[in-house]
Amino acid sequence: MSIVEFKNVVKRFGDNTVLDDISLGIDAHEVVVVVGPSGSGKSTFLRCINVLETIQEGDIVVNGLSVRGTPAQVRELRREAGMVFQQFNLFPQLTALENVMFGPLHTRGVSRRQAREEAVALLAKVGLEARMEHYPGQLSGGQQQRVAIARALAIKPRLMLFDEPTSALDPELRFEVLKVMQDVAEGGMTMVVVTHEMEFARRVGTRLLFMDGGKIAEDGLPAELLSNPPSQRLREFLRHVS
Amino acid sequence: MTIQITLLGLLGGTVIGFLSGVVTTYVKVPVSTRSVVIAAGALVALYALLRLGSWLADTYMAGVPAVAWSLLKLLVVVAAVWRFAAYLPKALSFLAQVYILIIRGTPIVVQVMFIYFALPLIAGWRIDAVMAAIFTLMINSGAYIAEIVRGALQSVPKGLKEAGEAMGLPFWKILAYIIGPVALRRMIPAMGNQCIISLKDSSLFIVIGVAELTRQGQEIIAANFRSVEIWGAVAVIYLILTGFIALTLKFVEHRTQIV
Repeated sequence: MSIVEFKNVVKRFGDNTVLDDISLGIDAHEVVVVVGPSGSGKSTFLRCINVLETIQEGDIVVNGLSVRGTPAQVRELRREAGMVFQQFNLFPQLTALENVMFGPLHTRGVSRRQAREEAVALLAKVGLEARMEHYPGQLSGGQQQRVAIARALAIKPRLMLFDEPTSALDPELRFEVLKVMQDVAEGGMTMVVVTHEMEFARRVGTRLLFMDGGKIAEDGLPAELLSNPPSQRLREFLRHVS
Repeated sequence: MTIQITLLGLLGGTVIGFLSGVVTTYVKVPVSTRSVVIAAGALVALYALLRLGSWLADTYMAGVPAVAWSLLKLLVVVAAVWRFAAYLPKALSFLAQVYILIIRGTPIVVQVMFIYFALPLIAGWRIDAVMAAIFTLMINSGAYIAEIVRGALQSVPKGLKEAGEAMGLPFWKILAYIIGPVALRRMIPAMGNQCIISLKDSSLFIVIGVAELTRQGQEIIAANFRSVEIWGAVAVIYLILTGFIALTLKFVEHRTQIV
């Protein structure tokens, strides 16, 4: 039973078809790494899963809930899919701890004390127990992104979506974020990761999707696809990113 | 009196402004020929319905007991709201835009004269001068505050809204807990402007004879002709009041600053 099921999905921005008849299933505990040239639709692919973009044709079912459901069903679906953004998008008026407590308090109706305990544990897990009372503006990019990962995990999602989580970071800060993501993956979380980090795809990914022109051009094991690209397009793409 | 008018006026204006600002930000309705025609059509239909109701009441329904008649009217209203509920946000947004257009486009002196002198002729009831002054300041500052609120809401990065959406929050919670707190801080400088402008605009209510500060200064001068002292004193009192507003908002801004 797939946790995410794409059924003939078509997404258009005006006349521009961004996702062109995509069908695939993502199973629990898979770590799906999505790569592709810019404009290939990989971010849109991710954002359609938790309905930050609406699709024109087909259907996506996440944990038994359709993206075409009522607003209440869509909100329920979103709680099953934690999202990490390229630009972190932490709430600037709240401390790191309050950011992580925010989701459980306002979506799960958890008590303040329990939310706090869980948030402290999560921040410790991402190595930021010493920075709990800091505001996002006082944290480095890598630290902010780790808080964002803790915030997404706090609502106890069934899967995690990462939209280029390291693209806005300096090279030396990427490692700490990728390490946290690896820990999350090793904890058995289902993950869909849009990234340019081929090393991460090879080491942590269990499945690689290569997108090109709104279609899934390749779908297979990361190690095989990366060391032995079956198509000219993927070969060219890999030459440009590494 | 100046303080009372300004305070109540701004309080009402803030409420009106926030509601109009939020609805015009998040419900996009272009003021175009098409939307104006639709709005006019809706008004005509509403008027026709009211006339039909009163005509029916006078003729066919003349013998029907009052309770049944009001129940029927209630049913019609509920049915209409039920049928057109989906258009309600758009209608409100349109109304708010027309309100902002009219109020920002006319001088406050004309507005207060209209409310104090012309409204009694149209509607048949008259209000006293202080109430007219407060009401004018309310609708006047409300229009400007609506635009301040809209500007602040639009300046909040879209990513914050998406982060809230991705958590599965309903829109009102995103507005109340995420966008609102950021936008409120960004409104402070412009709101300071508006508070000071409204305070000074209260001096214009001299035209309907409200005993506010400028008017009182004038009355004292009429008795003793000491222009220099009295107008100097009036200016200093205004300066003290506006200075107090400026300092208060500076303090609030400092205390709520996001690091």
